[in-house]
Amino acid sequence: MSVNLTLLIVMGALYACGIYLVLERSLTRVLLGLMLLANSTNLLILATGGYSGLAPLYSKDTAAGDYNDPLPQALILTSIVISFAVTSFMLGIIYRTWVLARRDEIQDDVEDLRVAETPSFDAEDDSEVPAETSEFPLTMLGTDGHSVSNHSVSNDGGTGHGGPGESTSNDGAAGTTLLAGGREMAAEQAASEEKPGSTNVAPGPEGGGK
Amino acid sequence: MNLASLAPLAVVLPILGAALTFMLIRHSRAQRAVSIALLSLTLLLECLLLASVWDGGTFAVTLGGWLPPWGIVLVVDQFSSLMLVVSSAVSLAVLVYATGQGMADGDQDAPVSIFHPTYLILVAGVSNAFLSGDLFNLYVGFEILLTASYVLMTLGGTGPRIRAGVTYVVVSVVSSVLFLISIAMVYGATGTITMADLAIKLGELDQGTRTLLHVMLLVAFGIKAAVFPLSFWLPDSYPTAPAPVTAVFAGLLTKVGVYAMVRTETLLFPGDSLNTPLMVAALLTMVVGILGALAQSDIKRLLSFTLVSHIGYMVFGLAMSSVAGLGAAVFYVVHHITIQTSLFLVTGLIERRGGSSSVDRLGGLAKLSPLLALLFFVPAMNLAGIPPFSGFLGKVGLMQAGVELGTPLAYVLVIGGVLTSLLTLLAVARVWNRAFWRRPSDAEHPDPVLLATPAARVTGPGAKPNTVTLLPRTMVGSTIGLVVLGVGLTVFAGPLFMVSDQAAHDMLDRSSYIQAVLGEDTDVPLVLTAGGGK
Repeated sequence: MSVNLTLLIVMGALYACGIYLVLERSLTRVLLGLMLLANSTNLLILATGGYSGLAPLYSKDTAAGDYNDPLPQALILTSIVISFAVTSFMLGIIYRTWVLARRDEIQDDVEDLRVAETPSFDAEDDSEVPAETSEFPLTMLGTDGHSVSNHSVSNDGGTGHGGPGESTSNDGAAGTTLLAGGREMAAEQAASEEKPGSTNVAPGPEGGGK
Repeated sequence: MNLASLAPLAVVLPILGAALTFMLIRHSRAQRAVSIALLSLTLLLECLLLASVWDGGTFAVTLGGWLPPWGIVLVVDQFSSLMLVVSSAVSLAVLVYATGQGMADGDQDAPVSIFHPTYLILVAGVSNAFLSGDLFNLYVGFEILLTASYVLMTLGGTGPRIRAGVTYVVVSVVSSVLFLISIAMVYGATGTITMADLAIKLGELDQGTRTLLHVMLLVAFGIKAAVFPLSFWLPDSYPTAPAPVTAVFAGLLTKVGVYAMVRTETLLFPGDSLNTPLMVAALLTMVVGILGALAQSDIKRLLSFTLVSHIGYMVFGLAMSSVAGLGAAVFYVVHHITIQTSLFLVTGLIERRGGSSSVDRLGGLAKLSPLLALLFFVPAMNLAGIPPFSGFLGKVGLMQAGVELGTPLAYVLVIGGVLTSLLTLLAVARVWNRAFWRRPSDAEHPDPVLLATPAARVTGPGAKPNTVTLLPRTMVGSTIGLVVLGVGLTVFAGPLFMVSDQAAHDMLDRSSYIQAVLGEDTDVPLVLTAGGGK
């Protein structure tokens, strides 16, 4: 099968420009890049159909090199229609981005940034809280060496909800101080530690100050 | 005349429904009735297809009077009909859920009435991709469902959705271009794009060309299926869409990619030439995906990461290319479509009931709405693979196949699979502890909705209607339906495993597929296995 060299070179150039443009941050350029990619792919499909200028298959006896395969052209038609639809949709999106943000750029994901900035120190899991967290009022030895007993749990122990763990201790310990994030603080403050902008978190060895 | 020759209706009915609902765009009630009726009809038809294929074997429908090596064929075999039934059942449940949401919110305005036609076109695209016996028709099916999904993803045109939509559209278009390039190369190398014909002719190419085409197709499908190095786009774009849309995307779209990968591996390029890279990709998909899930505080994002991670199990089963492995992968696909969709639907309910989908703002939902807690708990445990459920059975099937294979890499993957399962349990248990167990007041930033409602309920029976709008009956009903379907997969796991093993056997054997398309007297070339295979 012979191939048209000019078309091949044009195809390569279009692919190169398309890939370059898709890597840009500006949405319009990305769209132009996608259009170039789609068109160069159409040229690639065209190249599989045989040398240009030949007649289509008209007789059963024609040798394979003597006719032009019509199927790739049908495939190209379909792909042109599809890329037309996608392009017009992309234009709509770009216009909408412009209306909303007045910027023709890909924007960062807010949630991604938030997760990336989250310190590895988790106040709920990592801080040393010597308060009794069980549902049952027990006296236990805290990590600071003093015995700590959680008196107020028995007051609302009868309501029966809340699983083992987090829920009972916080409001039970109102008014007491506990060791959190490496220093003493009032329990209420400790509970609000994870709020953004909180200054309660002492910067630990693994970060955590922000 | 066979019942299976009605197969094109699985694509035609939803498209017809799309046209009808588009004409009824001003009458939302009629729109809802038409779309639900047509989708139910499609589901019924597909159940009949499954039954007839089960009795009569693989069946091919030639379209337009052109015989197979030239014309387009639709092929109904056990795998494709099973996928059709599951996907339609899930999309019907999501449609009912979405109409419930629309009615509860009372939004009858323009952007939402576009939902029904677009959704039906999406379903038609998915069916077309599952049925297609022609590589270019598969591409068209992909494009139909992708274009519909672009519209659904950016429904309403709010800032975050447009931002997520841009990433999604660009990545999808690039993957489609890659797919189209591979089609052009395949056609250039073999002169055919009918998959059954390709199955024979690709085997005659020399090894280098074969590997190139194989890799190109796998990369194109890998982007759509969100296999690890190519999965970056998914957790970025899925969570911002409306709850029912995310649910159907999570359930179906990646699985269409997995389906295409299965066909590539079993039908087009049988043998085990790329099994090792696929296994490594599967391991990385599982582990990296689930580690990403652990860092998230938003339930939808967390579920998107578990979605990526569990794609790894299916690729693992596929990469083993044994009947046991592939059968378990087919079972796992069916299980995962149902479970992942129901989890996203429940998250939508959580968002309505608790006002947020971030675990930092939720708390005490187990007490506020025990039904919701149950609806979350069952599929969550199912996803994590806790013993009685189908997730456990699917994973055990994969592990057994891995141990049977016995290579060191297979053992590493078995260990990776168990680890991923445990980490999934950790991820969903964190959601459970925070959103359901603790008191609303213990949440870091409790949502006002959470704190307000118990007070309103105390005031008397007048607060009752308030709770009903928060959790409309149709939404809860369709979620219950899906959760029950998930439990049903556990109860009927035996027959389902039988079907999927049979499907896997037929796919690896290839002769029934190729002979159904090209005629009974076609010679099916033997599979060349480099490593001797099982």
